[in-house]
Amino acid sequence: MKAIWKKLPALAAIAAAGVLGLGSTAAQAQGKTITLCWAAWDPANALVELSKDFTAKTKVNMKFEFVPWPNFADRMLNELNSKGKLCDLIIGDSQWIGGSAESGHYVKLNDFFAKEGIKMSDFMPATVLGYSEWPKGTPNYWALPAMGDALGWTYRKDWFAKPELRAEFKKLHNRELEAPKTWDEFKQVAEFFTGKQIDGKKVYGTYLFTERGSEGITMGVSNVLYPFGFKYEDPKKPYAMDGVVNSPDAVKGLEFYKSLYKCCTPPGLTNSYMGEGLDAFKSGQVAMMMNWFAFFPGLYKDPNVGGNKIGFFVNPAGPKGKGSQLGGQGISVVSYSPNRDEALAYIKWFASPDVQKKWWALGGYSCHKAVLQDPGFTKSAPFAAEFLTAMDQVVDFWAEPSYAQLLLSEQKWVHDYVVADKGTAKQALDGLLADWKKVFKEDGKIK
Amino acid sequence: MSAVRELASRAAAATPAAMATRVRGLSDRAIAWLFIAPTLVLLLAINIFPLIWTIRLSFTNFRANRPNANVLGVGIDNYVSVLTDPDVWQAMQATAHFLFWTIALQTLIGFALAYLIDRKFRGHGFWTTVILIPMMLSPAVVGNFWAFLYQPQIGLFNYAVSFLTGIPPSSFEMLGSVKLAPWSIIIVDTWMWTPYVMLICLAGLRSIPDYIYEAAEVDRASKWRQFWSITLPMVLPFIMLAILFRGIENFKMFDMVNLLTSGGPGSTTEVASITLKREAFEKWRTGYSSAFAIILFVAVFGLANIYVKALNAVKNR
Repeated sequence: MKAIWKKLPALAAIAAAGVLGLGSTAAQAQGKTITLCWAAWDPANALVELSKDFTAKTKVNMKFEFVPWPNFADRMLNELNSKGKLCDLIIGDSQWIGGSAESGHYVKLNDFFAKEGIKMSDFMPATVLGYSEWPKGTPNYWALPAMGDALGWTYRKDWFAKPELRAEFKKLHNRELEAPKTWDEFKQVAEFFTGKQIDGKKVYGTYLFTERGSEGITMGVSNVLYPFGFKYEDPKKPYAMDGVVNSPDAVKGLEFYKSLYKCCTPPGLTNSYMGEGLDAFKSGQVAMMMNWFAFFPGLYKDPNVGGNKIGFFVNPAGPKGKGSQLGGQGISVVSYSPNRDEALAYIKWFASPDVQKKWWALGGYSCHKAVLQDPGFTKSAPFAAEFLTAMDQVVDFWAEPSYAQLLLSEQKWVHDYVVADKGTAKQALDGLLADWKKVFKEDGKIK
Repeated sequence: MSAVRELASRAAAATPAAMATRVRGLSDRAIAWLFIAPTLVLLLAINIFPLIWTIRLSFTNFRANRPNANVLGVGIDNYVSVLTDPDVWQAMQATAHFLFWTIALQTLIGFALAYLIDRKFRGHGFWTTVILIPMMLSPAVVGNFWAFLYQPQIGLFNYAVSFLTGIPPSSFEMLGSVKLAPWSIIIVDTWMWTPYVMLICLAGLRSIPDYIYEAAEVDRASKWRQFWSITLPMVLPFIMLAILFRGIENFKMFDMVNLLTSGGPGSTTEVASITLKREAFEKWRTGYSSAFAIILFVAVFGLANIYVKALNAVKNR
């Protein structure tokens, strides 16, 4: 026993050397591998396909870590906060940019862009502002716009085309049954379909986001609030929110969202986000569905509700103009990555117009002007024109380092009002304003 | 530490002499320490150190998502903020409501089932197994399939209620209604964990010697009198133990609530653990959430201690 104890360090050293030796040999044989982290959804599959070209060109292998949306922020922000080395590249949500830039999670890309000739002016301005810049409106870039997205709408074109329904609608509202262009029209259409028997099934007017846990209901409500005149802050005075966040226009917008939820959504969808919306639409429960453009290529290919049966429209205009909730993400290099050069090489490759064109063709939403301003773009897919329009009117949630606190406050206040029937819209927005002011005070942004 | 020394001495005393001779140069006491050390290190690393670290963080403004920011001491500010936060009190109310009703229902139904199963009848082994199935399932599975059962349009629960009462199935939402959502979680937890209470009660019932009942029969005590004077007092320590286990477990209930309602509608079912998770890992208010965690820990620890003393008093009666 004593002999073994004495020999133990030497044995351990031999074993360690053996393991290390074998490890390095294996690494050399296989070449470098970098890991890209993103959410698990349709566009991620397209990116896997696209990235095969990168591996073929550079011999750098790609590994992917995709996390379902409800856990995506928790999982990835934990990874970044713990300075984990899991991800070399990350396609992080637009709201993370402030926190990730200030906490040093992302590599600043200005010098790299300058060296490689990557110009931000080649990308749609809204996507550069939303996905790349921090502080907003300054030329400090922490990501390359990767996946353009916004909230849009799908509708059952085949139901809208039914002659008996068209006639009934025209008699009721003295206009054709078409995809709505304003919120008033939207409500008329939603009310019209609610309770109708179509194909032997009771259907409902619309599907709206109501999810409580992460960001769902805030995204849905914002899509209505923006066209009703809601602003996050006084455009002339940053962080001045009194009378802006809780303005009469914002109150009307929130009341309108609740009225839509009450009148025209299927029962039971009280905590529902993207997946539940897709289920409701695909199962023929709703005439119109709110969801991200990212899902539209998949829906268009759906054998039951896709093709000629589906139509797409941009977020309707409200009394104060137009607006759509921005989605989408930029691709960043994680500061803690041991493979920074390979990760940057991926970004360089991804930024090239040819790759961006293929990205769009595979089902990803490119933000590159070479794709979006191509004369054939609007006709390249049935939702392409709507996507372009939406990207021209997008507004994003706060991208502050404290975005999560701001978001969760809104989740609570609007869910309490819309779903749980607690208080009034004014009280909800007053409460939200008080919470937001508290957060900005803690952050030292306001006194 | 004296308890640890005592443990080491006992382990040393129990070490076979042969072992001591094999490992020359090491005393029995040293060998004993060698065996205990990994467990102690593990305990310190995964229990004691995080606890001390959490206490330290609770007096700071630290945020785990801002590693580069200055960490400042804030005294007892976090504790004051937690104790004066209306959202925290609302969560505590939701927790208390959930705790009270789940324990009350599980104890009543669990004891009643144990009492029935204890009477020997044909197929009682089969029925015992059937009753135990829910507690063997994963909470994630239970949460997901009850979410389907509660679905107002296709859910079996609504159809069953409709069948029994005549109320249209789509006219009420178990998970979406402010009034019904807390009860929907209570129903699921009761369905899942009543068998556990039943098992403990059954152990208690089977530990009562038959001769006590035979003596009562000789004294012509009625069944009712036997129940109140023999069965209940003798099973009471077991019931109290079951209540303690379920109480501690349900105080930190997270998975089922998260799967069924995520704390909604609004904040109706937001129990303390959901609030704590949101503060710690979504809002990243690490200092604040550490203070909240310490308050919860002290509350549970204090209450459990009082309860265990009461349990011992009942046992020694």
